[in-house]
Amino acid sequence: MAQLTPRNVLVATLLVLLALLPVYCTVTGNYFLMSLFTRILILGMAAVSLNLIMGFGGMVSFGHAAYLGIGGYAVGILAKEGINSGFIQWPVAVLVSALFALGVGALSLRTRGVYFIMITLAFAQMVYYVAIGLDRYGGDDGLTIHKRSEFFNPLNLSNRTIFYYLCFALLMVTVYLVWRLVHSRFGMAIQGARSNDRRMRAIGFPTYRYKLTCFVIAGTICGLAGALLANHTSFINPSIMFWTRSGDLIVMAVLGGMGTVFGPVIGAIALLVLEEALPILIGGASQLVTGHEVQGAREYWQLILGPMLLLIVLFARGGIDGLLARPSRG
Amino acid sequence: MADALLTVDGLTKRFGGVVASDNVRLDVTRGELHAIIGPNGAGKTTLIGQLAGEIVPDAGRIHFGGQDITALPVHGRSLMGLARTFQITSLFPHFTALDNVALAVQAHAGHSFRLWRPARAENELQEPARAALERVGLGHRANTMLGSMSHGEHRQLELGMALASKPSMLLLDEPMAGLGPDESARMVKTLRELKRELTILLIEHDMEAVFALADRITVLVYGRTIASGTPAEIRANPDVRQAYLGEQQAVTHV
Repeated sequence: MAQLTPRNVLVATLLVLLALLPVYCTVTGNYFLMSLFTRILILGMAAVSLNLIMGFGGMVSFGHAAYLGIGGYAVGILAKEGINSGFIQWPVAVLVSALFALGVGALSLRTRGVYFIMITLAFAQMVYYVAIGLDRYGGDDGLTIHKRSEFFNPLNLSNRTIFYYLCFALLMVTVYLVWRLVHSRFGMAIQGARSNDRRMRAIGFPTYRYKLTCFVIAGTICGLAGALLANHTSFINPSIMFWTRSGDLIVMAVLGGMGTVFGPVIGAIALLVLEEALPILIGGASQLVTGHEVQGAREYWQLILGPMLLLIVLFARGGIDGLLARPSRG
Repeated sequence: MADALLTVDGLTKRFGGVVASDNVRLDVTRGELHAIIGPNGAGKTTLIGQLAGEIVPDAGRIHFGGQDITALPVHGRSLMGLARTFQITSLFPHFTALDNVALAVQAHAGHSFRLWRPARAENELQEPARAALERVGLGHRANTMLGSMSHGEHRQLELGMALASKPSMLLLDEPMAGLGPDESARMVKTLRELKRELTILLIEHDMEAVFALADRITVLVYGRTIASGTPAEIRANPDVRQAYLGEQQAVTHV
């Protein structure tokens, strides 16, 4: 477990940096960085939950952002109706996500492969259009959340540092829970079903109910991430669950590595940091070459990101995480 | 059929115009090794699919241990003690040999809604799994990933997984498929040991193995059971000779 492989060193370093980041931000007053990393922690949590079903269970859900939306809208709608207590908002967010996952899972898990992907996508788009139709809650324009969820006193989410640490703690709890889950009997059953569903049934596993349970657990965790995200942005609109967002979550898991529980967190950090850093790098590069910053050059950052993802997918099957873990074998 | 463990009666399955199983009757007595032979396309695989629960018959009934299991799903039959192996090796390639077998043990050790304790640390699962690996001669390969094992070892592992579920009956779908002479001999030896304690239904192309192992043989041709009896009876049966014209030598010379 605690071997000194490059991979473990990276994970430990990341954890320390994540834990110390608010200190740095408070000292330097760089609250943009803190906001970015709060977002990374939240989406990392969503990606970890997606990877539970996708990486370990082989259920490639292309509608995972729906739970972000459901969790987020639960907070937004309740806040708009004057219910600000987190003790009500968050359980509602989690419960509705779980119920939605139960419904989607019960239907979609009867299909396989591309059909599964398309059905999960279809359900997510359905929720997206429902949200657009919610005129009372801003429809297409979305809904501003004037007050963050209220808990008991020291846990004041309006305080950026406290909110950051809450997200950090919840991400760590999620990673730990998923890690326990994956190695438990339940996790073995799930991984077996990914590997060879037919054989699993032949040796006596009713795989459907295990996969469905796993699907609901993942949706529930992501619903909680949605509640966090709404609190973070103090705003919610349908684009939180547009299908490209589901794609982002998949990219995080693939980029970071689907083979381990922590991989998607690495992926979330890599993707979101690149999104911020690449435009700046491109701007800098154009200045170096031409002597002045080329107008609009920054907008082409995706031209760099795309090929990078392609290379990872083609040459590093286990993502960044797998790339680092490899030397330990040889 | 006082002591029949598995009884098949009037089993019929059509695929479009093809009748893959045509009123199949079969009785497997407790403790015997019963082989099913037949030319290619005789409906052997369809039959085993229906016995295992993967294919739903159009008509007929299947009884196992006195219970009607015709409508029971695949996993339910396994839990009743009816274990199978696959003609085309069907394992869990992402796992080690031990993990593969441990999964089969786990399936029969209560429900798997246990979300906390690491399964690989549970002796309750690991010990029976190791024992099953030993049985099929793979004890020394426990921690090997499947990718680095040979085809012969995979076939042994197929069997080990079926055994790990502590079945009362084994359905073996061509366990010798693709094995070399040495590996075949080992498999025959393993099966001979197993038949002392288990009821076995064996589907196999290797006539030498079938006639060496079987207590009784049922011959399937075009989905129909044309004969059933001891190896000597089957060898002497004119209908069987007829059906096996091309393979007559194999039948008569063993």
